[in-house]
Amino acid sequence: MEKQFEVIDHTADIGIVAYGRDLPGLLANAARGMYSLMVDSKKIEARLSKTLELDEGDPEALLVEWLNTLLYELDTERLLFRDFAIVIKDGRKLTATCAGEKLDLKKHRLRREVKAATYHNLKIENKEGLYTASIIFDI
Amino acid sequence: MSPWQGKLKQIGSCRWEIPQDYKAGMKVPGLVYADERMLAVIKEEQSLEQVANVAFLPGIVGRSMAMPDIHWGYGFPIGGVAATRVQDGVISPGGVGYDINCGVRLLRTNLNEQEIEPKIHELINHLFKNVPSGLGSEGKIKLSEKDMEEVLSQGAAWAVKHGFGSKEDLEVTEENGCMQAADPDKVGDRARKRGAPQLGTLGSGNHFLEVQVVREIYDKQSAALMGITFVGQVLLLIHTGSRGLGHQVCDDYLRTMGEAVRKYGIALPDRQLACAPVESQEGRDYLAAMACAANYAWANRLCIAHWARESFVKVLGKSIDRVGLEQVYDVAHNIAKLEEHEVEGKRQKLCVHRKGATRAFPSGRKGVPEKYQPIGQPVLIPGDMGRCSFVAVGTEKAMQETFGSTCHGAGRLQSRGEAKRSLRGSDVAAALAARGIYVKADSMGSLAEEAPSAYKDVTDVVGVTQQAGISRKVAMAVPIGVIKG
Repeated sequence: MEKQFEVIDHTADIGIVAYGRDLPGLLANAARGMYSLMVDSKKIEARLSKTLELDEGDPEALLVEWLNTLLYELDTERLLFRDFAIVIKDGRKLTATCAGEKLDLKKHRLRREVKAATYHNLKIENKEGLYTASIIFDI
Repeated sequence: MSPWQGKLKQIGSCRWEIPQDYKAGMKVPGLVYADERMLAVIKEEQSLEQVANVAFLPGIVGRSMAMPDIHWGYGFPIGGVAATRVQDGVISPGGVGYDINCGVRLLRTNLNEQEIEPKIHELINHLFKNVPSGLGSEGKIKLSEKDMEEVLSQGAAWAVKHGFGSKEDLEVTEENGCMQAADPDKVGDRARKRGAPQLGTLGSGNHFLEVQVVREIYDKQSAALMGITFVGQVLLLIHTGSRGLGHQVCDDYLRTMGEAVRKYGIALPDRQLACAPVESQEGRDYLAAMACAANYAWANRLCIAHWARESFVKVLGKSIDRVGLEQVYDVAHNIAKLEEHEVEGKRQKLCVHRKGATRAFPSGRKGVPEKYQPIGQPVLIPGDMGRCSFVAVGTEKAMQETFGSTCHGAGRLQSRGEAKRSLRGSDVAAALAARGIYVKADSMGSLAEEAPSAYKDVTDVVGVTQQAGISRKVAMAVPIGVIKG
């Protein structure tokens, strides 16, 4: 399987490098990386689905707001996701159908709380068809 | 990561300047408070580059400052202080952070350590049940829409009105637990929705609740005024902030500020520093929303203090009068405030950003509670869970040099990954237990990340602020029981 993400060190906080064949793939893997920081993400099952929509000024903003929207869904609806069908139009309009389930602390095993995804040194790079982005989270 | 290779010049005891010509675009020099040993550690990462980046902010005055607990943050360094002119400067949500009004509240008891030692396990277990903590923790309070309006506009006073504290608690809280600039209309639905179930929760990460014992008193008179009167006295320290509500306010306004940067043509070296003129619509709106989140945090810490009081009374079987648990002070360490300071001999209205830094006003200053006017504002500086915490007071020197600011804690030394790779949470708990510190955490992983060895020694940090004269030590306490979110 292709590499989805790696966890990277940052003194006060923590980050990931996410990879993808395209922008939707990058966003899906960034989400998976973020969940892996918070819970045992392999345990997340696809029991329900929810559609999320976003409209942001540029791809970096789209990435940060996408992750922060997922944190919002966790805080308010207690939802964790594992599968993502993402469509992006004009590089800024996102529609994502996300499959996952409600947080169950016994099953998903807490690792740590993520407060937010930040814009710190954020840049989405595209080298020979591989999209890469380093994202630092506020813990 | 490569070490920082920038320019530094020693300009006094524990003071190091990053000259303005280090980077084209810096509007003022940088200033770091540290001793040589600490500086060597600080230079291993890029936090000093962030000090230089903050110096780009339009309208910044004095210097872009870093306290000795500085470490690499996002946008601003943690431990950063920056003041901008209200008239033509900017306000930056990144200079406050996601956890708006993350802060600490200290309560003192009438108990000595012998009284509490036999019951510490029971007490910590009870507190752990009574104060919700951990990922997605939801509180015992479910705020209605009307309640939310009141929490946002009234802050800790809402908690007092609902029986979670007293008027006396408000008198010894920064801003009396309510920033008047708050305007709930500026807080979006998403932030409200995140905040509604979370009032009265500790959260996770570095947030904690700690039962401590006083080990040293350096200034008897000041300590006595705070109700800290003997070595062996039991204290309670609460560290948390504005939870999901604050994170969402920050996120919402970073987006607004991203657009404002383009609109006002502001050149910045890092997108996380996004900002808008203080006097613009965007700037005023952020300040009003930030004040709401700060108010939520003060209400949050007061609700937690209430349940802590309940737990002490229940477990110890003593009356609240016998237990004590009166509040010493509550201080914010992630906040931006409009204050008047002297700059180049002129009094100016400034927007002071404190990102992982504590206000440290001396006696005689407006904003210091009446009770503490003779000694200055109490400063609460928590260390890691294995070492100690300090109580200090603000100084005149801080007014002259740091816009009345000092350090806020120990500051991280090791990344979370490093800490977790080198330690296991259960080993950390066992090592602390062997030293008489009982720890309960929601996650063993987060316990390893918060291990004492991952932090600088707070004694060194406070040593620097003492030597530099920007705050003055009053007392030191060690933990005996800890709850980590």
